[in-house]
Amino acid sequence: MLQSLFYFLSFTSIFLACMVVFAKNPVHSVLYLILTFFTIAGHYLILNAQFLALVHVVVYAGAIMVLFLFVIMLLNLNAETEPRQSMLMKFAGTIAGGCLMLVLIAVFSKANALPAAHEVNSQIGLIKNLGKILYTDYIMPFEVASILFLIAMIGAVILAKREPKAAI
Amino acid sequence: MDLLLNFLPAIIIIVVMFGITMIAALYSTYGERKVAAYLQDRHGPNRAGPGGLLQPLADGVKMFLKEEIIPVASNKFLFILGPSIAMTCALMTGVVLPWGDKFTLFGRTFNLQATDLNIGVLYVFAVVSVSVYGIMIGGWASNNKWSLMGAIRASSQIISYELSMGLSIIALLMVTGTLSFREIVLQQHGGILHWNFIAQPLGFLIFLICAFAECNRAPFDLAECETELVGGYHTEYSSMKLGFFLFAEYINMFISSAVMSALFFGGFNFPGMDFLAEKGLDANWITLIGTAGYFLKIIFFIFFFMWVRWTIPRFRYDQLMNLGWKSLIPIALLNLAITAAVMVIRHSNNFGF
Repeated sequence: MLQSLFYFLSFTSIFLACMVVFAKNPVHSVLYLILTFFTIAGHYLILNAQFLALVHVVVYAGAIMVLFLFVIMLLNLNAETEPRQSMLMKFAGTIAGGCLMLVLIAVFSKANALPAAHEVNSQIGLIKNLGKILYTDYIMPFEVASILFLIAMIGAVILAKREPKAAI
Repeated sequence: MDLLLNFLPAIIIIVVMFGITMIAALYSTYGERKVAAYLQDRHGPNRAGPGGLLQPLADGVKMFLKEEIIPVASNKFLFILGPSIAMTCALMTGVVLPWGDKFTLFGRTFNLQATDLNIGVLYVFAVVSVSVYGIMIGGWASNNKWSLMGAIRASSQIISYELSMGLSIIALLMVTGTLSFREIVLQQHGGILHWNFIAQPLGFLIFLICAFAECNRAPFDLAECETELVGGYHTEYSSMKLGFFLFAEYINMFISSAVMSALFFGGFNFPGMDFLAEKGLDANWITLIGTAGYFLKIIFFIFFFMWVRWTIPRFRYDQLMNLGWKSLIPIALLNLAITAAVMVIRHSNNFGF
């Protein structure tokens, strides 16, 4: 049951991720990406990490993708305004991407399954356990990460403020 | 069979709640018109049925029978998807809300709640943040500048106010220490003084203001500001697809009233609960009174939503953004800091008091 669910979610997420690339309309691409995030949230759910799944939906599907959608809707991209890519660029992209795929396949086909470093607690994804671990064992990285976020936020505000008033 | 019996109460509650939510939304439209009428010294709808009580049904039938127009230049699939997402997300939130305490029937005890997620509050947030897409997709797919502007206004407003709403909830969660709606409500047992709005008055105020903005209700209904944007994101919509958008707004109002009553006003707790239990009243009756009390609170908040709508004029868009980002978020952060400080002082004896 769980395994078939895993395969279903994996195939849909890969399919949707491909559709993000292949969709002609940029808005459709973004919508496929949102659906991809939902399938990834489903993966978190079958890993018993409900908190992570919901935070993933709130942050990625709910906030970041809305901003993506904003920008793309306002740009109003369509087939006529899209700059034409030269044939050479397409070939270069295909070859580069193909090389990357070749390397990845080569690496992962030779890789052995790594044994778990220590016994994994299957209940770790529940909010209570996750919170306890984050605020005891991992308090230092957690706080450093939040300070990093704060710095990034202030940086964004400063960058936005530097625009002269004439821009509006 | 046993599996079915375990799921049966949840299924019944879901179906009943679906019905009640729909009826509540249907009669909110009636209530809105009546409240507006009384505030403006008119009679309001009074032709269909006694006191106009059948007016919502007439409106519903009208919505279904109107001609359905899909603009030629629109994106058909997304045009239909928009209102569907809005409606689905609006109906999804009710699952985690605690409608009542324990109820015993045929020797089985169950909670009047479809499911008690241990992260229920977060679930509501996730659904709310996804429901933005209904408006955005609908507005964009209409291929109309007014619709697009309305959609962008609505969604930027919703994501801006989600922040301060989240911050006010975090302060509340510090006090309660749980994300489960049921536990939050049960902690507020024992009289009005135990209700969370006593402990978190500022948090409640922020939550209330944000709830208005999240529901796109006046004074924050910039998304459908007629004088500037024709009809906002639903300019191109007609028939039941328009109905879905409007209906979703009323359902959201019902749900946010329910969330507010559960988080800050004790949910199904009511004053004199223990007194009735001491008098030997059956627990089932107390549960039912509690549920009725919960609905009374919800109806009060819905009335409050309407009261404000017909009293306060609409904000300007820059005022709305300034209020959200420059006032509410700092106040919410302050509330968070104060709550944290009080919690530290109360829970540690290191300070000597």
